[in-house]
Amino acid sequence: MTTDATAVAGPARTAGAPVTADRPLSMDEVAAVIARDIPAGAYVNLGIGQPTKIADHLPEELGVVLHTENGMLGMGPKAEGDRIDPDLTNAGKVPVTELPGAAYFHHADSFAMMRGGHLDICVLGAYQVSERGDLANWHTGRPDDIPAVGGAMDLAIGAKNVYVMMKLFTKSGAPKLVPQCTYPLTGVGCVSRVYTEVAAFELRPDGVHVLETYGTTVDELRSRLDVELH
Amino acid sequence: MSRAAVLESTDEAVAGIEDGSTVLVGGFGMAGMPFDLIDALIRQGAKDLTIVSNNAGNGDVGLAALLAAGRVRKVVCSFPRQVDSYVFDALYREGKVELEVVPQGTLAERMRAAGAGIGAFYCPTAVGTPLAEGKEVRTIGGRDYVLEYPIKGDYALICAHRADPMGNLVYRKTARNFGPVMATAATTTIVQVDEVVPLGGIDPEAVVTPSIYVDRIVAVESRRYTVQGAR
Repeated sequence: MTTDATAVAGPARTAGAPVTADRPLSMDEVAAVIARDIPAGAYVNLGIGQPTKIADHLPEELGVVLHTENGMLGMGPKAEGDRIDPDLTNAGKVPVTELPGAAYFHHADSFAMMRGGHLDICVLGAYQVSERGDLANWHTGRPDDIPAVGGAMDLAIGAKNVYVMMKLFTKSGAPKLVPQCTYPLTGVGCVSRVYTEVAAFELRPDGVHVLETYGTTVDELRSRLDVELH
Repeated sequence: MSRAAVLESTDEAVAGIEDGSTVLVGGFGMAGMPFDLIDALIRQGAKDLTIVSNNAGNGDVGLAALLAAGRVRKVVCSFPRQVDSYVFDALYREGKVELEVVPQGTLAERMRAAGAGIGAFYCPTAVGTPLAEGKEVRTIGGRDYVLEYPIKGDYALICAHRADPMGNLVYRKTARNFGPVMATAATTTIVQVDEVVPLGGIDPEAVVTPSIYVDRIVAVESRRYTVQGAR
């Protein structure tokens, strides 16, 4: 159990040395931290938005295969210039490229892959995550907000490991790692890790463990969060 | 199922679509969107339609144009809200179009079930969320599942890359998306393709949608669009 300023890697940590940072990370640095924790050869889905940055930090020799929900394994980087093909986009509808060994398939197969537990890891953004791993990331619940779920619920319950990449606090300072989500849920008890600009957390059956801190301390986090930290 | 008809025009291809039909429309954003068939459907005039598609239109073309023409009563989709979905957004906020949001994989599987003769299925997606409200939940092997029913279309409008005169189809890259599933789930499947090749011109090992699912084919000079920076 970590009780002082230095959070340490938990036993389930997969790879790499803990990041030591005496300041909060940029979200691009958070992306690098997540990339470090993705094992070689993993099949991975990166959610729309911030998580797509993770791809920039995955060295080619790691052999990570990216899945995109609109029917492709082996997705390459964003397409530029002449390489833009309107028939080849990612889940965010941005033109992308294909890598050698890529495969195309239709939507029912693509989601069978998710739901069937074949993806090793997915990384999603979030409005809130609860200490038990409930995820809220699809709808603010505001009456004027048009609900749009996309593939978020399928990914949340389907991938073997669901990681969240988000800021730990809202712009107004409210924690996003909470005892119970107040936003409409995307999935129940599905998140196993939360990577933020000030700390990385692992959500285990016995509670929330701090894996690393960046420019803060576990005690300081305790004072700002309503969840118990181990 | 009789053999597919290769037609000369998109207007012939969409002939007979009745008011009040449920129409499955392929595409993920702009990729795989059957723009030419939708334009023909707008000219054809069928109204009061229920549209099943992943999105609810982009910009002013395709589904957005059909919505703008006032032909759509209800949209069943996973992700209506996009950077350029202003046509749908305005109609929805004015209460002029009904929306049913379905998780993307459940949307695909409900159509797959319709095409495969499945009466209903238990799905783990959306358990414990607002999208499971009012639905039967059953615990199987210690895990909760939501009962989901098939979505059957009267018509499917899809876009493929190539057809042979039998109606066998191959697609191109991620423009495949919902096409093969929708082709199985509609009473009448209408396909726009870049080209119709002679019989034997598609390797039987490479056929993605077998001809039995296809009713009408039309070759078009296809327009394609990208949505740079969309989400």
